[in-house]
Amino acid sequence: MLLAAGAAGLVVAMTLMIVRAIIGPSQYDRILAVNSFGTKTVLLIAVIGYLFGRPDFLDIAIVYALINFVATIALMKALRYQSLARPLAASARKDASDA
Amino acid sequence: MHEALVWIGGGLVIAGTLLSLLGAGGVLRFPDVYTRLHAASLTDTGGATLVLLGLGLVSGLQLDTVKLFFCWAFIMLTTPAAANALANAAYGSGHKPRIGTFQIVPADKNIPADDGPAEDGPTGDGSSGK
Repeated sequence: MLLAAGAAGLVVAMTLMIVRAIIGPSQYDRILAVNSFGTKTVLLIAVIGYLFGRPDFLDIAIVYALINFVATIALMKALRYQSLARPLAASARKDASDA
Repeated sequence: MHEALVWIGGGLVIAGTLLSLLGAGGVLRFPDVYTRLHAASLTDTGGATLVLLGLGLVSGLQLDTVKLFFCWAFIMLTTPAAANALANAAYGSGHKPRIGTFQIVPADKNIPADDGPAEDGPTGDGSSGK
């Protein structure tokens, strides 16, 4: 019962995060909202696993936590350099020498 | 004993959910990237701690406790790192904070990155104090 209420509250919080991700004025607001949405998704997967009596969902939650972090960093890199292929350190040195 | 642990764990899950809801409301209502980041990252780490600790109390001591600990450890490692990188990217792209009286320096002109904010803080406090 308490776990069901927790899962419902997490779904409401995720809905608010989706609203911020849609109306966010800048791209950083959207990345922030998606990152926080992913963290709440991890919690929701864990809570639903215990709610339905299948605690093996925790493996999926761990994998989602890792993917969430990597996706945030990759989004910011793609936003900054307009590409995922350029090496980060070399392009930073090039920008420093240009400026 | 186990019944009491289940109720306490459920209460902790509810508390973490309420913290996440509070953070979502803050992200919706705050006026700035940096204040939204503050609300989101603090309530994410705190809410994840409360929810996963509550689930650990519900499940009892078994293999899932280790999985819950690893999940908590990953969240506590990655959420502040992502928040730091996001604030750094927003600062580097020239986003100005809308709250507060300090002035942001453009990223090109701020060559000693470590000395700038450290020197600005005490002088700003001293001038306002005098």
